[in-house]
Amino acid sequence: MNPATGDTAVLEISELDIALAGDKGPTQLVDRVGFSIPRGQAFGLVGESGCGKSITALAVMGLLRAPLMRSSGQIMLDGRNIAGASEAEMRKLRGRHVSMIFQEPMTALNPLQPIGRQIAEMFVLHEGATWKEADARAIEALRHVRVPAPERRARDYPHQLSGGMRQRVMIAIALACRPKLLVADEPTTALDVTVQAEIVELMATVCAAQGTAILMISHDLGLVARMCTEIAVMYAGRIVEQGTAGDLLRAPRHPYTQGLIGAVPRLGARAAGGRRKLAEIEGVVPAPASFPGGCRFHPRCSRATGVCHTDVPLAKPRPGGGVVCCHHDG
Amino acid sequence: MLRLILKRVVNMVPTIAGVALVVFVLFSVIPGSFISSLMDDGRGGMDPAVVERMRRELGLDDPVAVRIVRYLGQLVVGDLGTSFRTREPVTRLIGQRLGASLELTFAAMGFAMLVGIPLGFYAALRPGSLIDTAAMIAAVSGLSLPKFWLGLMLMYLFAEYLHWLPSFGYGGWEHLILPALALGVSPMALLARTTRASVLEVINADFVRTARSKGMSETRVVTWHVARNALLLVLTTVGLQFGALMGQAVVVEKLFSWPGLGGLLVDSVVQRDIPAVQGGILVIVLFFLVINMLVDIAYVVIDPRIRAG
Repeated sequence: MNPATGDTAVLEISELDIALAGDKGPTQLVDRVGFSIPRGQAFGLVGESGCGKSITALAVMGLLRAPLMRSSGQIMLDGRNIAGASEAEMRKLRGRHVSMIFQEPMTALNPLQPIGRQIAEMFVLHEGATWKEADARAIEALRHVRVPAPERRARDYPHQLSGGMRQRVMIAIALACRPKLLVADEPTTALDVTVQAEIVELMATVCAAQGTAILMISHDLGLVARMCTEIAVMYAGRIVEQGTAGDLLRAPRHPYTQGLIGAVPRLGARAAGGRRKLAEIEGVVPAPASFPGGCRFHPRCSRATGVCHTDVPLAKPRPGGGVVCCHHDG
Repeated sequence: MLRLILKRVVNMVPTIAGVALVVFVLFSVIPGSFISSLMDDGRGGMDPAVVERMRRELGLDDPVAVRIVRYLGQLVVGDLGTSFRTREPVTRLIGQRLGASLELTFAAMGFAMLVGIPLGFYAALRPGSLIDTAAMIAAVSGLSLPKFWLGLMLMYLFAEYLHWLPSFGYGGWEHLILPALALGVSPMALLARTTRASVLEVINADFVRTARSKGMSETRVVTWHVARNALLLVLTTVGLQFGALMGQAVVVEKLFSWPGLGGLLVDSVVQRDIPAVQGGILVIVLFFLVINMLVDIAYVVIDPRIRAG
């Protein structure tokens, strides 16, 4: 609930735990993750591979499949708790209220069906349109995502399209029924850099035009910062820092966020600072089965002390808004 | 499309010529001939003059090379030669038996597809379930049972013991069931396994996840997006099994006294009736080639990626 407007957030996740069931008991992958996205706003979830961001997205879609499972926590979508919703209820929400775009546009479309049909399917499924109406609306949807010659393109098969075009088709499918939330899981990672910018810009404009909020998931902090109002940084299944995009980028508080920002190559950085090597964060994200105790970042952290090994850092408010989870902050 | 079909038909010619050549050479190399097989029949020593005359009449005196060229020449105009045994044209002999063979082959393949494919689907959608395990055990057994043994068991159970069906012979549909089952169980088992594997592969594909994220029911996901993609993978197996089935039918036909090509082939091989053997084998090869051509055409119709290429 936003006290200023009295409006509920479009997505509000609290204390979300996701585990992987196994022979030796469950392994916790996502640990007490919580954030909320106001209507029509773009929210970024950032972290390295394996930090749990993609399965958080799948949980929002209700697409977690055994052995993955949500062990506790709430997911409020548009004011209703979908954690524990039945498959039939979720099915009505999926595509209509919340949609998803995936990382790999080359394989995300059915190779045996013309792309127009794959968009049209949305109108048939959710709005009871006839195939004829739906086909016509699919052409409009293609035009909407700026696919040239949409009448002709609608009859094309996925293999006839470039990666960028396919991702446009995916966006058209996801936004066909004007959902309240679009979950975009690394939507540009598989694309050329020049195409990336186009796709991000397209997503932002179309969503803004129809009031769709975005949950943008990426390992690319720069990309997320350009697009989102608010950003949460995830590490090893936990959110370590959260704040507004500008503030987080300008004044990161958590050593991990600082590391991420330091690892982004910048044009002109060499001219300013002499011959500087691109910074990296030493080590790798630990496997979920061997997440360290205390602060999970401590083995890779230069500031780690005894307390980091033993105690989980609590969320503290950061100056400038948001939260940070670090024993050495402030 | 027409060009594709024409191209495939033209491509068959060298294959058929090659097969004809191999069979021909094989029968000139292996010991024994039609005439010696007559003598083995218990008629004892034949008059050398008669033997000489027969050899001349049947053209066995000529060098192999000459006979091959003569045979291929006949083949071009659709003449399969004359049977040594019955002195009838081989085309007529085959014509009398082809119908029964096709009937058996189609019935067996129909059974294999109608049972095997749904079974594989069902098993794949419930992996690890009791039905999956049972179906796959049945499928493995179906693959490993020899056809003649299975035929005998079916005969014993349904004809001898239960008296539901005739044990052999040719006639109405009731005569078709047992041989078709005996022949169809192994392709059915293979199809069940292939279908299960393909469905499991497709169901984890990214586009199936997309389909789910669109908010459609699992039934629709499976029938609309999984089925067609999975069947595409099954199609190759269908073609190969179907094509090979007519050849495999020989044993089953003999067992059930089914008046198909199998009986003709076995008798002709024993008596070294070379033209009849060659004709029979060529028809079986041709059937294999035609079925696989049809499968290739089906691919072009179903898969847009091939259509373009």
